[in-house]
Amino acid sequence: MSALEEKAKESSDNNGGFAILFFIIGLAASLIFGWVVFPKLLYSQKKQPFDFSHALHNGLVDNGCQSCHFFREDGSYAGVPKLAQCVDCHEDVQGETEDEAVFVNEYVKPGREVPWLVYSRQPDCVFFSHAAHVKSGGMDCKTCHGPIGESESLKPYEENRITGYSRDIWGKNIAGFKSHTWDRMKMDDCSECHVKNGVRQNSVQTEKGACFVCHK
Amino acid sequence: MSAKEQKKAKRFGMVIDLDKCTGCGACMVACMAENNVPFKKDESNKLDSITWMRVFKLTNGKEYPDADVCYLPRPCQHCEGHDGHSPCVSVCPATATDYSRETGIVSQIYTRCFGCRYCMAACPYHARYFNWWDPVWPKGMEKMLSPDVSVRMRGIVEKCSFCFHRYQRAMDKAHLEGRRELAENEYQTACTQACPAGAITFGDLNNPGHAVYKLKQSPNAFRLLERLGTNTKVYYVSEREWVRRAGDNYLAHEKTGQVAAAH
Repeated sequence: MSALEEKAKESSDNNGGFAILFFIIGLAASLIFGWVVFPKLLYSQKKQPFDFSHALHNGLVDNGCQSCHFFREDGSYAGVPKLAQCVDCHEDVQGETEDEAVFVNEYVKPGREVPWLVYSRQPDCVFFSHAAHVKSGGMDCKTCHGPIGESESLKPYEENRITGYSRDIWGKNIAGFKSHTWDRMKMDDCSECHVKNGVRQNSVQTEKGACFVCHK
Repeated sequence: MSAKEQKKAKRFGMVIDLDKCTGCGACMVACMAENNVPFKKDESNKLDSITWMRVFKLTNGKEYPDADVCYLPRPCQHCEGHDGHSPCVSVCPATATDYSRETGIVSQIYTRCFGCRYCMAACPYHARYFNWWDPVWPKGMEKMLSPDVSVRMRGIVEKCSFCFHRYQRAMDKAHLEGRRELAENEYQTACTQACPAGAITFGDLNNPGHAVYKLKQSPNAFRLLERLGTNTKVYYVSEREWVRRAGDNYLAHEKTGQVAAAH
């Protein structure tokens, strides 16, 4: 073997080694970007106007969640309480927390509604009936909302920069795995339960749930 | 669907008395306002305008003193075909339109539709409309939109839903009160309530207690293009034979309503 050939062989061996190394580095970088950096970039973090303790309030009211989150007479659901409901107790600053002072001074006194960021807000095309699930279906709040009633503070609201929806819809896990019923609230999660319980499975197209059950 | 559910299944539909309709167009206006239907600067451009409910003018083509006109309101006919095989539902490649055996309503899911317009070609009644543009509301008017109906974007098809959101709302109240059944007056479409002549009657065609059940059995009742087998849920009533004949393509020797009976 001539010296020239030997040299060529040597350099091609080196090139092969480098190629694998670069491939591995590139793969690792892509994986890190996709699984760690991208989810951070995708969601912006927003703080609620002030902090709120569900646990504290739950201990003070007599009717559990329904004390503040109730049904209206026409069957619609009130959702997040309006200022008028809070004012009954919060006319003046009660506790010593800074959040209480913010609430009373910035919202109660000028009569401004609190611009809460709603974690469970669904897209515009979704119709959800609390009455059907809670009254007729006999479901509890926790199945979909998780143990929010025991939380002592509000977590940051994470908004998807592309869709504008809350992260609670897709779920915390970027791969879409869930370990609780309340971890995600996409269409698949609704239909999973509907199929399991045979709820209004009367679509001609799919033989599953008709679209005009949850859509509007 | 179990046998018990099948028994309870509803077929919501309409009976429109064409002899009462004056062609005022209140149904069209009510429909647009109720369903957040976008309007254009030039609504006379029928290639571009969207009218879920549209009033057509029919004439008998005769000279005075025999000249006669008839106004025919046309919502989506909510075809049942044979077991929900309606023309648009059977062609949709995206499962964006669907037939519900529970209500008999043909749905349109805007977020699912990708705008191929196959359904528009399949619909014999021109009840489907394509959004060539994103809706533009006059400043401030977006705050007056109904939150019960989602707005549509450019590039998708929309149509009359028999005000399905009103059914959803009425069912909400029923659930709260521990009921599963609605009274006739709890669920009515916007056009029905807006008609000053009372020409439109809406209800469950399967329910003998509802007004539509009797009205559709009138010897003067007919449906549009009945012999296509679309099995529509919008019935029309007119005492005038030329109007009943206008509802389908009759040959000169065919008797009015005769062919339709074969289905």
